[in-house]
Amino acid sequence: MAVLAMKKINICAMKKDRKAVLEKLQAMGAVEINTSGEEDEIFKKINTTSQRSKYEKRVQNTDAALEILQQYVPEKTSLFSALEGKKEVEEEKLQEIIASRGKYNLMVKNIQELNKEIANCKAGINKCEVAIEGLKPWLNMDIPINTTGTKNTDVIIGTMGPGLTEDIISQMVLNRQPELSGFDVTVISTDKDQTCIFVICMKQTSAKLEEALRAEGFTRISYFSKRTPEGKVEKYKKDIKEYEERIEKLKTRLSELAEDRDNIRLLSDYYRIRADKYEVLGGLLQSRSTFVITGYILQRDEEEIVNELNDEFSLMVETEDIPEDETAPVKLENPKVFASAEGVLESFGLPGRGEMDPTTPMSIFYIFLFGLMLSDAAYGLIIFLACFIILKKFPKMSDGMAKSLRLFMYCGLSTLIWGILFGGYFGDLITVVSKTFFHHEIVIKPLWFAPLDNPMKMLVFSLLFGLIHLFGGLALKGYMCIKKKDFVGLISDVVSWFMLITGLVMMLMPTELFASIAQMSFQFSPAVKTLSYVLAAGGALIIVVMSGRDKKNPALRFALGLYDIYNLTGWLSDLLSYSRLLALGLATGVIAQVVNQMGSMVGDSVFGVIVFILVFMIGHTFNLAINMLGAYVHTCRLQYVEFFGKFYEGGGIPFNPFKENTKYVDIKEEK
Amino acid sequence: MTMGTVLALTGAALAVILAGMGSAYGVGVAGQAASGVVSEDPSKFAKVLIMQLLPGTQGIYGLLVGFIALSKIGLLSGNPAELSTQTGLMILAACLPIAIVGLVSGRHQGKTAVSAIGIIVKKPDQFGKAMLFPAMVETYAILALLVSILAVNGVPV
Repeated sequence: MAVLAMKKINICAMKKDRKAVLEKLQAMGAVEINTSGEEDEIFKKINTTSQRSKYEKRVQNTDAALEILQQYVPEKTSLFSALEGKKEVEEEKLQEIIASRGKYNLMVKNIQELNKEIANCKAGINKCEVAIEGLKPWLNMDIPINTTGTKNTDVIIGTMGPGLTEDIISQMVLNRQPELSGFDVTVISTDKDQTCIFVICMKQTSAKLEEALRAEGFTRISYFSKRTPEGKVEKYKKDIKEYEERIEKLKTRLSELAEDRDNIRLLSDYYRIRADKYEVLGGLLQSRSTFVITGYILQRDEEEIVNELNDEFSLMVETEDIPEDETAPVKLENPKVFASAEGVLESFGLPGRGEMDPTTPMSIFYIFLFGLMLSDAAYGLIIFLACFIILKKFPKMSDGMAKSLRLFMYCGLSTLIWGILFGGYFGDLITVVSKTFFHHEIVIKPLWFAPLDNPMKMLVFSLLFGLIHLFGGLALKGYMCIKKKDFVGLISDVVSWFMLITGLVMMLMPTELFASIAQMSFQFSPAVKTLSYVLAAGGALIIVVMSGRDKKNPALRFALGLYDIYNLTGWLSDLLSYSRLLALGLATGVIAQVVNQMGSMVGDSVFGVIVFILVFMIGHTFNLAINMLGAYVHTCRLQYVEFFGKFYEGGGIPFNPFKENTKYVDIKEEK
Repeated sequence: MTMGTVLALTGAALAVILAGMGSAYGVGVAGQAASGVVSEDPSKFAKVLIMQLLPGTQGIYGLLVGFIALSKIGLLSGNPAELSTQTGLMILAACLPIAIVGLVSGRHQGKTAVSAIGIIVKKPDQFGKAMLFPAMVETYAILALLVSILAVNGVPV
């Protein structure tokens, strides 16, 4: 349970070594490099944008090539491939690829070109299909499309508005040019968009005739071909076939190239690493012949880093404690069980400056409260087994994923225990099954009590657990005060509240109100009663006097103190918030009962058993999913709002060392 | 069948109907926002799905109270109790908190979930915080659920 100690590191080395030093640091992956140093007259940053974008471009190209391969030569991936993690690759293999990167670059280019060609072929096919569609109305015409006429006649082919017949068109023409004669109109086809016509006429009248037709909306056909429409369609169909064959050939070539997929991946990662290097290089301050790196390291790595750098290069490296005015990045370290909840903490915020790492106490409460909300032994067992199996089967999954799964595994275990305490096994499955199908009711008695039979008792215990959780938060605040040696703060912000709340609870317990809610009555001796009054009054007094202690004006200080007492309402609402433990616990149990009851409605028959199994599978899967989500969300909320609200602010920046950020493979260092 | 039973059944029905309506609206608007996100970036599917589901709980709480009320008046076991009008009204009243608060909080939680989905789009690493805002709204549904359960359980039949 700790925020790891950080140190600041300063490295000054010869400029000629800069790339080698950076590559070394990148391979070690243990130094966070600060690239926001200010330039001055001697130390300048150099512009590496062009090299960086060169490598980024290559990353893009290789990634694009890989995507193309995935599209045409898909790799079989299982449902759980996201859990498998990256492949491990020997450093040697990487060097091999780098040495022959020219070959692979060519391959990448090749793949992209093939893709382009396939796209061109597809566009060609598309064009042919559109043309075939366009020629459909002309299929009845059995002369070549570009026929212009015979010796004495002209032929005009084209389209007019929809719904026309030969007579109407002739009439239209005569209306415009009454003297015209010796022409013949044939309608080839007509549909809702156009009428396709074919007109034959004497050469001398053709100009006038066409003018008349144009005035009525005629346009000449837009295809030019010496073939008949049918012949043209045949030609297009042949073209499509050729394109398709071509695509098949290109695809075969792609699948040949796909054999080198893993190598291309490696290359892509290599370029990615290089691009990162140049990005950092651009942020470094350099003089004419030296350069400077400043950054953060973990204290425990200090010796190793310094030694390794000194062994390999001639440079100056020094480490120092973090200066007062600087905020160091944060890295957490916790025992394996508790570290599982680090993800929960991270999504709220890492510890800020001077804050402790609350992961360990939080994880204990998290597992406890999650189980209490879900509280069904069978569900707990399912969650536990599922997480356990996945964790065992995919040992190389990403760190964050493994942590979350481990957390849920423990939560499952806690759910199992609470389920046994409250007597929930798929709700009341055993009772229902034994009653419906075996006509002999078996009831598994809860080890503690069934919340559904005694909700008030459960409510009181929920609030009690809540009080413990809140007091835990307050105690951690006290712990932080002690660490900072702020004893005034300890007394006035922590002890005072402990006294006030404890006193008030003790005052409440013997009252009738409490007895009627909790169905438990307490009789305190007068001494204890006096103690409760003293505690509450003392606590309140300290709060009134001390909480405005940084104000000079006594009236203002007093007023602020009184206002702070108003925070009691905050405590009350925090505490009532824990009633969700009861509500969510009941929700799981009751929905499970609804499912079981629905399943058993058909009764004891073969059909009844089938219905029961179906309802059981669907209903309980649904219930488990929705209540797991609910338990997850509300446990987070209780931690973030109620628990952290008492002592924790967060706002730390994660430690992000300069390392080989790969996408596809993990590079194994040779030792 | 007495008037009391009718009133009690109305209460159970209202709990399911109103709370379900609230959730249906909430899950609906959140789902529209989530679809928009997935159309741009399918990798955020799991995160936005969780957000979409958050306003779905009110409907479940309504179902829960409805079910407890039904089993209380014996409709599920097949021999309904003879309820006086007063008892029926009491059960109806007991169902109202989750019915009404479920409707209103479901709608509002849905709108908050839509905004939270906006956070996920812009800052996917802030998932924990984004989830918290809709969960805040749910508190009031839980309080209403609690009172409804305790009240239905407490009515003497």
